[in-house]
Amino acid sequence: MEKHTNRFPISHVLGFIFSLILTFGAAFIALKTNLSFKVIMWIIGTLAVLQAGIQLFMFMHLREGEDGKTNVINIIYGVFMTVVIVVGSIWVMSAGHATH
Amino acid sequence: MSSKIDHSLPLEYQTEQNRLNILGFWIFLGAEIVLFATLFGVYGVLYQRYAGGPTHQDIIMIKDVLIQTVLLLTSSFTMGIAIFEMRRQQLKGLIFWLVITLLLGSGFLFMEINEFIHYVHLGATMQTSAFLSSLFVLLGTHGAHVTFGIIWAIMVIIQLVRRGLTPTTARKTFIIGLYWHFLDVVWIFIFTFVYLKGMVG
Repeated sequence: MEKHTNRFPISHVLGFIFSLILTFGAAFIALKTNLSFKVIMWIIGTLAVLQAGIQLFMFMHLREGEDGKTNVINIIYGVFMTVVIVVGSIWVMSAGHATH
Repeated sequence: MSSKIDHSLPLEYQTEQNRLNILGFWIFLGAEIVLFATLFGVYGVLYQRYAGGPTHQDIIMIKDVLIQTVLLLTSSFTMGIAIFEMRRQQLKGLIFWLVITLLLGSGFLFMEINEFIHYVHLGATMQTSAFLSSLFVLLGTHGAHVTFGIIWAIMVIIQLVRRGLTPTTARKTFIIGLYWHFLDVVWIFIFTFVYLKGMVG
């Protein structure tokens, strides 16, 4: 957290370039390759998480300030809840009902 | 104690009240993550329930989606530059980049509305199938957030023009900045798990 930053917003520009590469990389892998559905989903899912990380750390400065640690714990908990809700819902709704 | 000002910090962190507001907003974003998680969960369960209606490949215009993605991603970047200018005490630069951000955000919104109109013309409405219900709710909630963000940012810009850069206006600007970046984070997952996933299979 600097008051007088340097003249050029280098971390923002790098974050933007990385984000563009990840976006078009994911689009290319999903639309132009013949990999299996599962492999593609694992790759583009990982790229999405990486890009979200870029936003959080390079654009939003998640760890900045005296509450930086609190922010990190808060977001990790949010992500944990997301995994429980999304994966849990899909698992519950797709694993059980077909057999009954 | 809340009026104690620490001049060694950037404007938005200078008072205890500001620091608490920013922390509070991060906690709100944690709740927003869970809100979108529930919508992604519903979509993940229902995304193949076409009910005889159109499928992903029938309706998605992937080129338009890529343009939308680049618009929102760029607007997230320009919002970052706006906050960077704020840290350098450049009010004019800050407002300039905020306006650019809003233009890009409006472009995104315009394209999303067009996309919805296109879907409805193809007979793909909220009532058509469980897939489309969950799709419209997920996309619509995100689009409503963008709409709200645009209105909010306009009000912040008005305050910046009237009052200049103070610890209070800087804090408000910083918080709308966080909100805007968050909208792009959500979009990354919509782009990946709705559009790209839908196009793959």
